[in-house]
Amino acid sequence: MFELFRAKQTLRFMKYSKPASWFSILLIVGSLATLSINWLNWGLDFTGGTLIEVGFEQPANLTDVRATLAQADFPDAIVQHFGSSHEVMVRLAPREGVKGEVIGTNVLNALQQADFGQVDMRRIEFVGPNVGDELAEDGGLAIIIALICILIYVSARFEWRLAMGSVFALAHDIIITLGVFSLFQLEFDLTVLAALLAVVGYSLNDTIVVFDRIRENFRLQATLTPEEIVDHSLTQTLSRTLITSGTTIFVLVSLFIFGGALIHGFATALLIGIFVGTYSSIYVASSSAIRLGISRDHMIPEVVEKEGADQEAIL
Amino acid sequence: MLNKYPMWKYVLLGFIVLISLLYAAPNLYGEDPAIQVSATRGAKVELATLDKVQSILQQAGISPKSAALEDGQILVRLKSSEDQLVARENISSTLGDGFVTALNLAPSTPAWLEAIGGGPLKLGLDLRGGVHFLMEVDMDEAVVKAQEQMVQDLRSDLREEKIRFRGIRKDSGTTGVLLRFTDQNTLDKAVDFLKPRNAGFEFTDKVENDEYVLSIAMTELKLKAIKEDALQQNLSILRNRVNELGVAEPLVQRQGIDRIVVELPGIQDTARAKEILGATATLEFHPVDSVTDVNDALAGRLPSSSVIYKERNGRPVVVKKKIILTGNHIVDAQSSADEYGRPQVNISLDSKGGSKMSRFTKSNIGKPMATLFIEYLPTGKKKANGKLEIKKREEIANVATIQAQLGRSFRITGLDNAAEAHNLALLLRAGALIAPIQIVEERTIGPSLGEQNIDNGIKAMTYGMLAVILFMFVYYRKFGVVANTALLFNIVMIIGVMSMVPGATLTLPGIAGIVLTVGMAVDANVLIFERIREELRAGRSVQKAIHEGYANAFSTIADANITTLITAIILFAVGTGPIKGFAVTLAIGIATSMLTSIFGTRAIVNAVWGGRNNIKKLSI
Repeated sequence: MFELFRAKQTLRFMKYSKPASWFSILLIVGSLATLSINWLNWGLDFTGGTLIEVGFEQPANLTDVRATLAQADFPDAIVQHFGSSHEVMVRLAPREGVKGEVIGTNVLNALQQADFGQVDMRRIEFVGPNVGDELAEDGGLAIIIALICILIYVSARFEWRLAMGSVFALAHDIIITLGVFSLFQLEFDLTVLAALLAVVGYSLNDTIVVFDRIRENFRLQATLTPEEIVDHSLTQTLSRTLITSGTTIFVLVSLFIFGGALIHGFATALLIGIFVGTYSSIYVASSSAIRLGISRDHMIPEVVEKEGADQEAIL
Repeated sequence: MLNKYPMWKYVLLGFIVLISLLYAAPNLYGEDPAIQVSATRGAKVELATLDKVQSILQQAGISPKSAALEDGQILVRLKSSEDQLVARENISSTLGDGFVTALNLAPSTPAWLEAIGGGPLKLGLDLRGGVHFLMEVDMDEAVVKAQEQMVQDLRSDLREEKIRFRGIRKDSGTTGVLLRFTDQNTLDKAVDFLKPRNAGFEFTDKVENDEYVLSIAMTELKLKAIKEDALQQNLSILRNRVNELGVAEPLVQRQGIDRIVVELPGIQDTARAKEILGATATLEFHPVDSVTDVNDALAGRLPSSSVIYKERNGRPVVVKKKIILTGNHIVDAQSSADEYGRPQVNISLDSKGGSKMSRFTKSNIGKPMATLFIEYLPTGKKKANGKLEIKKREEIANVATIQAQLGRSFRITGLDNAAEAHNLALLLRAGALIAPIQIVEERTIGPSLGEQNIDNGIKAMTYGMLAVILFMFVYYRKFGVVANTALLFNIVMIIGVMSMVPGATLTLPGIAGIVLTVGMAVDANVLIFERIREELRAGRSVQKAIHEGYANAFSTIADANITTLITAIILFAVGTGPIKGFAVTLAIGIATSMLTSIFGTRAIVNAVWGGRNNIKKLSI
């Protein structure tokens, strides 16, 4: 049997729960601080404006591109390489009195008429300012609804202390992932938002596997303290946690490297989220459940048998 | 016996695998570059058209893979995309105006697969290239216009009825109109007169500064109807214009109360698309010149006061240049049936239009009147002075005989069928006052980027999957092979289900969702296998360990997946475009992975190891 990890005895995770909590609090405070100072580098989806991506035959000189655009009455254009030196992304803020959909065409015309050789239109995006606000609102709403639904589901399936623990862990993951995006000023667009919700799903997945074990062990082991039960459960599930995080990280790295520039933000958010999520399902979720006073008594009156018991027929 | 599946479970599993393979199969056949010829107004695609297309191709030296007439459209499959471009150029210039020639990719799905509803995955705009527009109807403007209309109509109605009033104006800030009278008596008379004629309005009166003020406001219902009308009008106009563009599979769909989504896959020239969508249309009523013979006119003997226009079916009509009325006086036009069930179109004019119509028809009873539809379409070419060249397209929409003196509302009868009535009403409304529309969101993906996105997505998926498969094999040996088999079938199933579900489209984030599913799908197997290892370590027999491993892991897997499913559903509910694509693949991936990684792997494990009591060691 080939194993990544094998515990001879129960690892005492909860012994470090205090420093871990401080670490988490530090990370959250840090994230909130950078969020309050830098906020997020909102992508076009949320700010509104126009984005034009063009492909050049020759590697493009950004200074020349900027000069050309300045002449064409776009001095405020943000010009940068996107993916490779042949591709250039131009971003423009919404303008008063000018129809947004015209800007894209004008920028493209300006570049095609200048002396850059063949210039291909690869992508034009225009988002009106109101639409941007709506998208941001809907996105925030989605995360909040997701958290509430999960809280309800986990409360129904487990117990409110565990449910609170899992929601703390989720909030922890989201805040820290946002913090990293804020700190490095990575662009936050709709795909990143989707990734953030996927992080919620993934991190919860991890937490639930651990909680399921905790519940099982509470029922089986009458003599152990809650800390010992949690330690025991975490040790038992550790290799699974590591393997699943590992395989998910494999595919995400592959997505990051090969998936192209459009999907970078998505892969980045998920990679961060999975690192933080793996950590939080061990420390934040379990230790907050202990702080909330989870005990054997909370698990016993629930007569609901494991779902697996009566499901055997289909297996 | 432990770990044995009854036969029916294998049959069921085999059936599911077969169905998935069957529906995933069309994706293997690829697509042919094709040209789609369809008819616009007047023209009809017939077998003769098909012959013509074939001869055009022959002249151009292109031999197509196939050319067929299906559902009133001609589909020509070609061998290369170079052929496609040349063919389109030739066909569209030879066939001329009545036909739309669109570039398309036609799936080369075999007929027997098509017969069971099979077809390849539908690709989102970010993968196939194209334009996505979100347009917003200016509802405030629509309401203001309706309000102005009310002021005009009420004023002329009261004057006609000789009810004296001091003043009339829009009630700014509300959706109503204020009328001022000198005494209560006149006010009451006005109310008695107006109320039965103006359903959908609320009447309230009060005394203010010695004046008797009547406020007439639209009810919520009326307001809603006005907004709905404005949206529907824009929707039908956009649909007509999109057909002009020659796009193979366009989408024009309302979104919410005031928005319209327009998606044009594969279109290259977006500037032209925007102009055509923004084209303006108008309408004119002309008297028909019944003195001049049509054949004489065609031969050039045309009085200077007349002009020839063509009807929709190509029939020429000689009309007088004199304009009775222009379309901006039309307030509304609805198709309906008269008391004998014959189709008709009811037209309402504003007060000015009503009096013009009344004056003209009074002395022209029994004479024919033509409705001319005029549309200004940019050709996409530029004139020498840098301005866009605009093409004026004129067409007689209808010729009707004037039966009586007409007023503000009248009807056009003598139409052939309900469809024609509906079309005419639509054209008439197109000339009416329309709430302005503007593009609030645009996403254009060039064709090269679309292709690159597909390549990137497939590459990312392949390498990610290879890494996972290799790891699972090294770590779990034979059981790893079982898990990998399930993983591969999971991908086939996702593709099969996505191809089967009509509304599902694959987007770039969708591919990311599948890649993510690959990473997370093995989680269920990891949970099960780790559990089996634990049971083995605890000293249970091989068969007991397998049984317990699956049983104990099940509820954990179910809980974990249901919560992820919740997030996927929420993403789908609030997300737009690409995000929806991600949510769809994520949700489908969760469902199929539960099936393959629990039911599927168990079936294999049971078949290979199950029930054999002589096994001492598992390759796990």
